Amino acid sequence: MYQYTRFNNKNSFFQKFGNLDYILLSCLLILGFISLATMYSTDGGEVLFHTRSHFIKFVVFFAMMLVISFINIKFWFSLGYLSYAVILGMLIWTINFGITASGSKRWIDLYFLNLQPSELMKIFIILCLAKYFHRMKSQHVNSFYAICFSLIIIFVPMSLVIIQPDLGTSLLIAVSGIVVLWFAGLNHKYFFYSCLLSIISLPIIISFLKPYQKLRVLTFLNPDRDPLGAGYQIIQSKIAVGSGGITGKGFLKGTQSYLEFLPEKHTDFIFTLYSEEFGFIGSVLLLLIYSIIIYRVIRIGALSRSYFAKLFCYSFGTSIFIYIVINMSMVLGLLPIVGSPLPIMSYGGSSMLATMIGFGIVLSAKTHSQQSIA
Amino acid sequence: MINISDSATKLNSLNRRMFILAAAKIIILGGIVSRLFFLQVKENKKYLTLSDKNRIREWKLPPIRGEFQDYFGNIIAGNFEAYQLHIIPEEVEDFRYVIYRVKELLNLSEKQFKKILKKKNEIKPWETLIVADNLNWEKFSKINNHLYDLNGVKPVISISRDYPYKENFTHVLGYVSQANENDILTNDSVKDKFVPGLKVGKTGLERSFENRLIGSNSVERYEVNAYGRRISQLAFQKGDQGETIKLTIDTKIQELTNELLREKAGSICVMDIYTGAIVAMNSSPSFDPNSFVFGISQDEWQLIRNNPMKPLVNKSLSGNYSPGSTIKPIVALSALENEIISPDFTVQCKGHKNPLELYGQTYHCWKKEGHGFVNLREAMKQSCDTYFYEVARRLGVDRLSVTAKKFGLGKKVFKDIFDNEKSGLVPNTEWKKNALGRNWVLGETIITGIGQGFIQTTPIQLCLMTAQIANGGYKIYPKIVANDDNQYADKFMQLYKKSRNIKIVQDAMFSSTNEVRGTSYRSRLDDPKYRFAGKTGTSQVKKITERDRELDLKTFEIPYEERDHALYVAFGPYNNPRYALSIIIEHGGSGGTVAAPLAKELFKMIIDRHEIRKNYDNKKYLDI
Repeated sequence: MYQYTRFNNKNSFFQKFGNLDYILLSCLLILGFISLATMYSTDGGEVLFHTRSHFIKFVVFFAMMLVISFINIKFWFSLGYLSYAVILGMLIWTINFGITASGSKRWIDLYFLNLQPSELMKIFIILCLAKYFHRMKSQHVNSFYAICFSLIIIFVPMSLVIIQPDLGTSLLIAVSGIVVLWFAGLNHKYFFYSCLLSIISLPIIISFLKPYQKLRVLTFLNPDRDPLGAGYQIIQSKIAVGSGGITGKGFLKGTQSYLEFLPEKHTDFIFTLYSEEFGFIGSVLLLLIYSIIIYRVIRIGALSRSYFAKLFCYSFGTSIFIYIVINMSMVLGLLPIVGSPLPIMSYGGSSMLATMIGFGIVLSAKTHSQQSIA
Repeated sequence: MINISDSATKLNSLNRRMFILAAAKIIILGGIVSRLFFLQVKENKKYLTLSDKNRIREWKLPPIRGEFQDYFGNIIAGNFEAYQLHIIPEEVEDFRYVIYRVKELLNLSEKQFKKILKKKNEIKPWETLIVADNLNWEKFSKINNHLYDLNGVKPVISISRDYPYKENFTHVLGYVSQANENDILTNDSVKDKFVPGLKVGKTGLERSFENRLIGSNSVERYEVNAYGRRISQLAFQKGDQGETIKLTIDTKIQELTNELLREKAGSICVMDIYTGAIVAMNSSPSFDPNSFVFGISQDEWQLIRNNPMKPLVNKSLSGNYSPGSTIKPIVALSALENEIISPDFTVQCKGHKNPLELYGQTYHCWKKEGHGFVNLREAMKQSCDTYFYEVARRLGVDRLSVTAKKFGLGKKVFKDIFDNEKSGLVPNTEWKKNALGRNWVLGETIITGIGQGFIQTTPIQLCLMTAQIANGGYKIYPKIVANDDNQYADKFMQLYKKSRNIKIVQDAMFSSTNEVRGTSYRSRLDDPKYRFAGKTGTSQVKKITERDRELDLKTFEIPYEERDHALYVAFGPYNNPRYALSIIIEHGGSGGTVAAPLAKELFKMIIDRHEIRKNYDNKKYLDI
């Protein structure tokens, strides 16, 4: 066993190159291309700020992803707690020295980039918890100590993000963490009971929400309540998607976005614009690409030798799936509006960075699939 | 370290849970796809419509108002091209410079200038700011010559209301002005077609026929963005001009009435006695309706409003006057019809020294010396009050009121065309009991016999009354719109019992104008072609006291408000009557000296114009 490990540690550069998952990479490239085309459309058919910036970010972070994938998975395993602590520090830094925009403090200024640590936390909480459960014996998983510890790991960043305030991202962080707990083998009944508890306490939670958040919930239940105010986004978004039809209005011909009826069309509502211009066929195609990506991520997990890699890949794939579902459901009027970007498609450096780091670690697990972690 | 079997259980659990989640993911994905299918395929039509509704917006333009024509097709209320100056603020590079330049060129006052700046702040930058709505040609061309340094200023020609005959038709047509909230609330058609700057009729026929005149909006369809800014024009749909309404009025006669009433307060109505067509209807003083089209200035408005001669009141329709002696033909007719008197019935008029006395009240004739013994014809001719006191006493007010109402007094002449028309009042015993709660007294009957007391008539009612006596006693329905072919069942219904009675009254009216000692003898026309018959009237504004009687002042010596109203009703030509008229001059003095001379001039023209009117009907005569 020792020799086997040694052998694998001496994986040459070219072997690693050959071990990359090319289907996953090409899907990511196609997705990047689609997102650039959509961004070009949001700029009104010109290469303007958003398109250029998105292009640069995609290229840089894609390259970074490749670099990450060549580094041994053991290194990422060892970084688990430390990275979590660093991001936590960043979150605290954000609260004190963050940049305020539209009423919330979410960004820290890194001179070349405004970083949103809460986005990074969505990935690194998976890394951290995966490392935590990797070492744990199965009978300890459901121990009081383990549950408490993992809940603290989830709750601390979550509450730091809530006070920014950014309810959407904090919920996504929680979802990422809970997904890891699920895969780690936490008893089903805990999930069942906490679900029940949250449903019961929903009215109490609602009473603690900020007025604009309450409004969003009410608006979701009945968008026509205030069609020009709170319900505007969801109504216009549904109109845009619905008017797209089977084949769409055509590239650069989406009237809803071109005439500026769509809000947040670069970020959270990017799918609306895509769907308006490329229709049902285009939307299903996009979903297919996402599905292939997620399938490949899970497949890499299944083929990995180490428990850590499996846990990370499964959780990451599932989280990405949940982000996509939440974003689309929100845009299609199935969920209340919570700020959640569509991975890779949406404009936003931090989200792109976090997603690419995630894929990088997944690819690293692929190139080092025979690596076991002690 | 991790033991192998534990590691295997962990992996087992992990893979099992992955499998569960994978199944869930497929279901959720299916849900998303079906939602997409629902929105994009099934509900596509609905959302496509909504998306079009979002991006396509229509702009209504003011409709072009229908015209009014006189009987001969001359336009009396039309449209003209107003020269306007528009600015779209966002298209102007340096708004301050341009607006000061415009101010300089147009000589705008500080007040006007401030109003424009205020308006600019109220509108969105891509909306049109109307700097001037009615420029004269000189200023308009001045602006056009300076366009090179007025970037963004647009000289525009727009359609607006024009009244070429100025004050002549004001009381008939009314005027138009900017539609206000009340207009929109009370008229659905206005509400439908409202656009800022829409002008609607405020009074008169302009108001009554609003729905026929207004026309339909032209519509411009634009693609707009979320902020309402126009991106591109998609379509233009032209609206229809409103209906043209032709009146029965002859402009030439209307202008003459205006001339005759100049500087006086009063009214003249002229009517065709067979068709009921109104040939002229004028109320004085009048005002120029053109000044209301673009909003009247406060000073000008105050001048009109505070004028003691009341230019805003249409005296022909809403002036309630005591008819005075002009009621006498009806009193005589009623007495004859009810067989109270015969034409030979005689009464002695003894003058002021021996007035009629009844229950301690005295009733004087207007003539100090008295008329002596008079029969019906003499009494009408000289307008003897004493005679009619006696006739009224014998007749009684109830029988008089029946005849008066039959001949059109006491109710509106035009059903609902004019909203300011008053119905006047023909009193009887029952009315007094209901309205005032007291019993009728005989003295009131007696003064009703000479058209004083409770009785109130409008000039148009007097004209109708005269017309129906002139046409031999047949009911007619006056009309002012030429092709108004409302059919009335009782049109030309016989209003008399014996046609001889009508003849007697006509003859008495003839004598009043054409025989010596007749009250309007001096206003007669001797040529048989023009000869007319009439009855003067002088209606008291205040009760004549003994002191007044002693003073016997001339009209010009009495304060204006206390002077008598002068009235005159007439029809002609006598041999073959065709037209009837009523004249009233407020506070003019006696009917014989003030009102009747106007009839002389009028009949000359009316009868001359009759030939033209008849030929126009037969389409022989097309150029006027």
